[in-house]
Amino acid sequence: MAAKIYGICWHGRGGQGAKTAATMVADVALAQGKYSQGFPEYGPERMGAPVRGYTRISDAPITIHSSLESCDAVAVFDDTLLDVVDVCDLLAEGCPVLINTAKGAAEVRKSLKLKTGQKVFVVDANKIGLDEIGRAIPNVPMIGALMKITGLLPIDSFAHDIEKKFGRKFGQKVVDGNNRALKRAFEEVKAG
Amino acid sequence: MSTTAVSKGAGSKFTPHEIMGLSGNEAAAEALKQVNPDVAAVFPITPQTELMHKFAEYVANGAVDTELINVESEHSAMSATVGASAAGARAVTATSANGLALMWEIVAIASSLRLPIVMPVVNRAISGPLNIHCDHSDTMGCRDLGWIQLYSEDSQEAYDNMIQAFRIAEDKSVMLPVMVTFDGFIISHTMERVEIIADDGVVRKFVGEYKPENYLLNAQHPVTYGPLDLPDWLFEHKRQEVQGFLNAPEVIKKVGREYGQITGRSYDLLENYRMDDAELAVVALGSTAGTAKAAIDELRDEGVKAGLVKIRCFRPFPGKELCATLGRCKAVSVMDRSFSFGLEGGPVFNEIRGAAYGAGLKVPMVSHIYGIGGRDINVTQIRGIFEGLKKLASGGRIETVENYVGLRE
Repeated sequence: MAAKIYGICWHGRGGQGAKTAATMVADVALAQGKYSQGFPEYGPERMGAPVRGYTRISDAPITIHSSLESCDAVAVFDDTLLDVVDVCDLLAEGCPVLINTAKGAAEVRKSLKLKTGQKVFVVDANKIGLDEIGRAIPNVPMIGALMKITGLLPIDSFAHDIEKKFGRKFGQKVVDGNNRALKRAFEEVKAG
Repeated sequence: MSTTAVSKGAGSKFTPHEIMGLSGNEAAAEALKQVNPDVAAVFPITPQTELMHKFAEYVANGAVDTELINVESEHSAMSATVGASAAGARAVTATSANGLALMWEIVAIASSLRLPIVMPVVNRAISGPLNIHCDHSDTMGCRDLGWIQLYSEDSQEAYDNMIQAFRIAEDKSVMLPVMVTFDGFIISHTMERVEIIADDGVVRKFVGEYKPENYLLNAQHPVTYGPLDLPDWLFEHKRQEVQGFLNAPEVIKKVGREYGQITGRSYDLLENYRMDDAELAVVALGSTAGTAKAAIDELRDEGVKAGLVKIRCFRPFPGKELCATLGRCKAVSVMDRSFSFGLEGGPVFNEIRGAAYGAGLKVPMVSHIYGIGGRDINVTQIRGIFEGLKKLASGGRIETVENYVGLRE
């Protein structure tokens, strides 16, 4: 019997960090002794265009190299995508979808094509990004919120990757801001 | 973008390794760093660009002492590599698709001069119309230019093949350039788990010091490279090139075994996956072989005797080995990620069918062309291929030899 592969589909707009989130979660899973893949669905690189990222995580080696055929969680970085993209197209029944929005879960729910048992979660990751990092880059807070609702990886396991990804390029202030944003979103995510 | 995690515990018979999250490009660059070649000629082309970008960082920060040559085109990249190799250096370059097409002329010259160049080729569709995504039209298109071709399933194999390629190319009985291919974006830009040999010294010892025999900078024994070669000698020289390919399989297998003794990952010309009692088989190369394995695992759970033959070494072509395995099956599909226009079935299919005729195989065999220009190929689609094979195995007729997977018609 093949080992279960946990799949995450990340929806964002070019520049929001969907690829970074997809690979960061995969990288942290590796450090936790798991097998993983993180990759974007490539198209022409255009700031603001809808983009997808994918993460696969498993306890056994992963040999599949296609896009995901179904997934166990969806994270949407921008609520304006909801009218443009069917963000839950790959989401399996009973699984969660997380939306970055200032609106309530009940309101965004209307824009989603939900299947049986799928739950909606919301977090205002833009505001958290602005408050803590100084920019409305939602990727790290979205990771924090997703870890809360899925329990996939311990939240403390991300500190090393945040340091590695942002430390040399942006300095300690940005690292600290991202760590705060990660934890704040973990606390603030709300079920719909 | 790399994580250092646990190593295999002390007491393992294999050399210590680090587990890293690397893309295929990063894994190939890591292998190049550990080998530390003398010369690298670099020119960017998607999706290869990141590979030499990463390697250029290693040059800039002093991790290697490679002479990096920035050139103005791929034609110049291969020319500089040929010049460096003929001069006596261990020389590399890297490319994709149209870059490979532009260097075409010199690609053939490199092999005819018996220069042991190593070149990663990140598979991408040859234009046009313009497409930056994966298919195998680039490397299949130059399968007759005299290079050894090793196809990699994932980032791990890209790394492993890169290291082994130097030993294979530089073997005195081979002396042929080697292309190490991996699928553009699907492997080149996917971050996944890769085991890296922890000690660069172990890699350098495995690859060995490069000791050229006849080279231009040896003033004691002057030689000429690339002179006029008219009807009186070219035939003989090409026949010698053939001999390099005849000698290569044993060398590739030997190097693959020795690599396995160090790392625990052995390599052969082919990889047979669940083929022992397989009745239905697909043949694939590159990343699709891995996706096929997942499809086969599902089918096996359902009681279907499915298997995969993965071609790692496409040149020299392991026809005998393929037939030995496929001859026991009841139906076979050969998966091609490129066309051979004007020929029924893809290039890999036709080579296998040719070999099958020579070996007297009577197995029904069909061609499935897929994944052109980066079109996705998934587990469900590969299961669909096996559904077709079930019908053939139970006596169904071959309706069409050349079939398409994932095509809108």
